[in-house]
Amino acid sequence: MDSDLIVQILFAAVKTGTPLLFIALGEVICEKSGILNLGQEGMMLMGAVVGFLAAYGTGSAGLGVLAAMIMGCIMSLIFAVLVLHLGANQVATGLALTIFGTGLSAFIGSGVVGQTIQGFQPIAIPLLSDIPFIGRILFSHDILVYTSFAMTFILMFVVYKTRIGLTLTAVGENPHAANAIGIKVLRVRYLAVMFGGVMAGISGAYMSLVYTPMWVENMTAGRGWIALALVVFASWRIGRIMLGAYLFGVASIMHLVLQGLGWSISPNLLAMLPYVATVIVMVIISADKFKEKLLAPRSLGKTFDPRQMA
Amino acid sequence: MKLKSILVSLGLLAGASFVQADDPLKVGFVYVGPVGDLGWSYEHDRGRKGIEEYFGDKVKTTYVENVPEGADAERVITQLAKAGNDLIFTTSFGFMNPTVKVAKRFPNVKFEHATGYKLSKNLGTYVLRTYEGRYVSGVAAGMMTKTNTIGYIGSFPIPEVIRDINAAYMGAKSVNPDVKMKIVWANTWYDPGKETDAANALMDQGVDVMLQHTDSPAPLIAAEKRGLRAIGQASDQSKFAPNAHIFSVRDDWAPYYIKRVQAVMDGTWDSKDFWGGFHEDMLSLASINPNLPAAVRTKIDETYSAIKSGEFKPFTGPIKDNKGNIAVPANHSLTDVELAQVNWYVEGITDEIPR
Repeated sequence: MDSDLIVQILFAAVKTGTPLLFIALGEVICEKSGILNLGQEGMMLMGAVVGFLAAYGTGSAGLGVLAAMIMGCIMSLIFAVLVLHLGANQVATGLALTIFGTGLSAFIGSGVVGQTIQGFQPIAIPLLSDIPFIGRILFSHDILVYTSFAMTFILMFVVYKTRIGLTLTAVGENPHAANAIGIKVLRVRYLAVMFGGVMAGISGAYMSLVYTPMWVENMTAGRGWIALALVVFASWRIGRIMLGAYLFGVASIMHLVLQGLGWSISPNLLAMLPYVATVIVMVIISADKFKEKLLAPRSLGKTFDPRQMA
Repeated sequence: MKLKSILVSLGLLAGASFVQADDPLKVGFVYVGPVGDLGWSYEHDRGRKGIEEYFGDKVKTTYVENVPEGADAERVITQLAKAGNDLIFTTSFGFMNPTVKVAKRFPNVKFEHATGYKLSKNLGTYVLRTYEGRYVSGVAAGMMTKTNTIGYIGSFPIPEVIRDINAAYMGAKSVNPDVKMKIVWANTWYDPGKETDAANALMDQGVDVMLQHTDSPAPLIAAEKRGLRAIGQASDQSKFAPNAHIFSVRDDWAPYYIKRVQAVMDGTWDSKDFWGGFHEDMLSLASINPNLPAAVRTKIDETYSAIKSGEFKPFTGPIKDNKGNIAVPANHSLTDVELAQVNWYVEGITDEIPR
């Protein structure tokens, strides 16, 4: 395998990992506040279709992304009202959101099936893109990929180094204690869920505006679910989410590239790797003594009512 | 009343439904992808609409889309049978065993399974000779490639797909003895993202004409972006790649579906193994790109006509497989039964079929 090929694989892996990175970053913030939103796939599809419609209508991919963010946010608000306000079961509501989003996106997108748009063009960053290897792999993408880099580092800073991050963690770990010291638990959770929706929207827009610039039904093909697994795989750490997203990208690209080269390796085996890793992490998590180390937010999935005592 | 309708829709009132003389004939369809895939399932749904248009009130059609191949399929087919459908089309290879099972349990319902090979008293099969289209695709790709490398995205290594890979390669080889083919298995019928990745992986490795046996137009878009060429499959996919598009091999199921529904109405339906292609107009070349060189265009037309008239059959011996064995003896053309069992690559394809 020559170095050129490795560069191509890694370049493609970054592209493949980007939608996963966006959506998983949103979900990890949501989960850190203690809310499990299984509606990722639905929000992502709605983001993809609305983003495409907006870009198609206005001719501006940037407006497409904006519309997708707003749509993702609206979808997450539906979830937030049901779960946070009305105390509905998070798992059931999330699943319903996915089913709803899948159906609705197919419905509203049926008119533009088969239309094409000019998506984002790659922008090579001056100087940085001239660095051998790294330049081509990391700095000759489109603007959304760079946004995902920036987003990762911003979130790492906010979550681990600021008061906002502490508040978020407190709410996810022990909402009753957080409530007792005067943190508005529901407000924090609302914001976290909405942030998740916005990120899912961008992720969907990445699919329909950059990755395959078109809209077809169900085009995200399960990436919302993979993102949920990624969050667990990364044990709720932001840096690891980036790593996990690209690892997943490498695994899914590798098996295509190796086949093209005529390697007789079972494509199924390689395609399976990210899932195997996730299962292993999940098994470890379910063994209780590791749980604390793995940073699973302790109130994850539990309903919180500020009027109730712990 | 409301409860009853709910129960019916849940399929709990099995057998309670019966067909009266003036009731519409109920026809069910099971699709592997979404009807909006603009490929395989989209074309089956066009066939279904064709029935509705042709028969009007005399038929009532239902479809279930996005049905995974496997245990879920059996449940869906059972539900359609319980809901009183008289004729059920299951439209993907992976629905074969579930359809066989359900057909056994519902002897009064007629089943038709696309691209399979298992028959029973109330289960027929119908196959599109997609390999005819692939052969022409191969001819065009072989003439258009400058790098002498054409790429092929496979879905699953089943006879239908392997047969088509062979046909494409033989077509390419017939016009370009130096041509090589790179094959990548995507392990999905439909995932635009993954199909894009696969196309890019191939084009990174020197491929300049893309063929695919997956259902979305994503590989065409990927080829268009790079200024390379691609051939559409199942549906007219020209608008996704105005420059890259060579032509699309389009499926047209309506003539067959109409014939079979009519047969059920007339009481003449019988289980059989039907094959249709260029000759039956169930397969056609759509939107041949005007930007093709005249010589290529002529060769495409010639090959198409030769296959359509029956003068040329792509799987005519002598053909060797890529292990050196005789796969098709001289002066023999593979019969339909033999075509349904192709599990070897022709000589010249350097890959192995994944097992």
